[in-house]
Amino acid sequence: MATANYTPPAYTAGFHDPETYLARTPKGLSEETVRAISAFKQEPEWMLEKRLEGYRIFLEKSLPTWGADLSSLNFEEMTYFLRAQDKPARDWDDVPDAIKTTFERLGVPQAERGLLAGVGAQYESEVVYHNLRQEWTEQGVIFLDSDTALKEHPEIVKQYFGTIISAHDNMFAALNTAVWSGGSFVYIPKGVILETPLQTYFRINARNAGQFERTLIIVEEAASLHYVEGCSAPIYSSDSLHAAVVEVIALPESRVRYTTIQNWSGDVYNLVTKRAVAKKNATVEWVDCNLGSKVTMKYPSVILQEEGARAEILSLAVAGSGQHQDAGAKVFHLAPNTRSLITSKSVSYGTGRSSYRGLVRMTKKARGSKSSVQCDALILDSTARSDTYPTIDDQTGSAKVEHEATVSKVGEEQLLYLRSRGLSAAAATALVVNGFLEPIIKQLPMEYAIEMNRLIELEMEGSVG
Amino acid sequence: MLNISNLRVSIDQKPILKGLSLSLRQGELAVLMGPNGSGKSTLTQALAGHPSYLITEGSILLGEAIITEAAPEERAATGLFVAFQNPPSIPGVPVADFLRIAVSSLATARGNQPPDSGTFLRSLRDALGKVGLSLDFAERNLGEGFSGGEKKRLELLQALLLQPKVVVFDELDSGLDVDALKLVQEIITDLRAAGTTILYITHYPELVDQLQPDSVHILQDGVITRSGTGELGESIAKHGYR
Repeated sequence: MATANYTPPAYTAGFHDPETYLARTPKGLSEETVRAISAFKQEPEWMLEKRLEGYRIFLEKSLPTWGADLSSLNFEEMTYFLRAQDKPARDWDDVPDAIKTTFERLGVPQAERGLLAGVGAQYESEVVYHNLRQEWTEQGVIFLDSDTALKEHPEIVKQYFGTIISAHDNMFAALNTAVWSGGSFVYIPKGVILETPLQTYFRINARNAGQFERTLIIVEEAASLHYVEGCSAPIYSSDSLHAAVVEVIALPESRVRYTTIQNWSGDVYNLVTKRAVAKKNATVEWVDCNLGSKVTMKYPSVILQEEGARAEILSLAVAGSGQHQDAGAKVFHLAPNTRSLITSKSVSYGTGRSSYRGLVRMTKKARGSKSSVQCDALILDSTARSDTYPTIDDQTGSAKVEHEATVSKVGEEQLLYLRSRGLSAAAATALVVNGFLEPIIKQLPMEYAIEMNRLIELEMEGSVG
Repeated sequence: MLNISNLRVSIDQKPILKGLSLSLRQGELAVLMGPNGSGKSTLTQALAGHPSYLITEGSILLGEAIITEAAPEERAATGLFVAFQNPPSIPGVPVADFLRIAVSSLATARGNQPPDSGTFLRSLRDALGKVGLSLDFAERNLGEGFSGGEKKRLELLQALLLQPKVVVFDELDSGLDVDALKLVQEIITDLRAAGTTILYITHYPELVDQLQPDSVHILQDGVITRSGTGELGESIAKHGYR
């Protein structure tokens, strides 16, 4: 697919002087754009070098030849950087009715609706945030947006940035490296166990949520973190491509859970690279819930690098009409006595399509390791589709790897039974779907679980005639 | 209260019910008996509103409401409760959640305020006690690992909790032990005391004596061939369907 390779646009605008540079790059990507972004952010030289390297790699890479159809992505038409505070203040009246209705039905507080819809209002959670922030500071926890982290803690960022996901990994990781902006930086010092989940929700400049977020999480020895990003309310975005990169480093004996609940609007390509490395006896858990978007390609990965490391990946995908959720998980067992558990649940309805794509690799060193993969698909309509692409590569010859996949349809008997007890067709379908997803939803923080259940109910109302 | 008139029902274009008529006044306990293949389950499914059972002619009235073509949930809202012989499992859905949703859906559809959670829990606890199920049972997922007896008890419980006007029990007795049969009788007595109309479908004529129904009807080859009182049941028990 050489044709998909990106050709830079002709050089048209000068960015030689950062002072006169407008906080918005022109459409299309060029080396000048990358330089301008870095200059605008007043980044250290090494970060500019990383960006430029990412840009060069991006030019060499092609779109993946597998997975979802990405052929309509138009890199020339995109804007790669926009200063957050200069994003056009959208009017509440411009937000589509469907989105407003969903906010109302989900009970999203008015103050947040604007933020979620990108209208620009800021969620007034500053008191809550302030108290938490004080607590974190006392413990030495750092929780910042990545741009600020680069300014305030350049040495830590430099030590870990790009070490888990190199720009060479894939086209979108390269693109992200070149033009990243925003995202979270989290540092948990040795032995600190955070009881309250860190939520992007609380982060004051959540409005920086953007196309090319870069998240870096470092959890020191014997520390513990639960990080939660996203919300189940639909995110109304004008950006068609979201290509985030998330790197997690779990040092020995530490524990990290990274929970994502994403519900992009139906025109978004959500192509995210997420990877964690787990050191000795560390545990990494990805809980990844994908709703909405036009196309999602996301395979949270864990590298079990040292003995006794563990990974658990829970993947939930809901694909409605016109949507393709290509989700899954990857685990690399590189050391003895490592464990992994992958659970995938997908729901497809209308013309929706969901795919599980997974990889479990056990190298020769992974003796005594175990992996178990369970993927279940639920199909609501004959027009919906579900596929499973599991790859298991066991080089130990002795490891224990289990894989089980099921595909089920919502039964006529189930629906008749529930309806004959007074439930509407939509409510009956939603109950069956929520029951199916329950093993994953129950892992979410309570308020998110409730929102997810309600969201499924809303989705089913729209889809069941 | 329940008026079935000249009902014709086909499955895959094969006629099963061929002009069945049956009328129950409010509070009546009617037993419908018939040999295997006479159309008993077809009647149940057609009453429940199963989409594969095509009503080609005739009508079903519940009180004043014509429910012949009504959706299953509309029938339920009108006051019909059809107990399932073999209710399906619904993984991940606890019994209590399902019952709470059913109770509030029906309350809303009937123009009533859904009960608050305290009121609901009290009535759930009562009903569980009456059918001999524990509170722990209500925490289990619907149908998962239920014994045959537990499934039937849960159907009985719903007949109490969902406050129907007309209850249809289809072969509720099959596979039940003596204690469970006694429970069935007790629940039927309770329902009758509340003025509920009951259609009890069975192919065990022996039960008729114990139930003391107001009427007995014999279904053969898709039509009611005989109607009478309890004595008709005894005669069938002695001489079979002839």
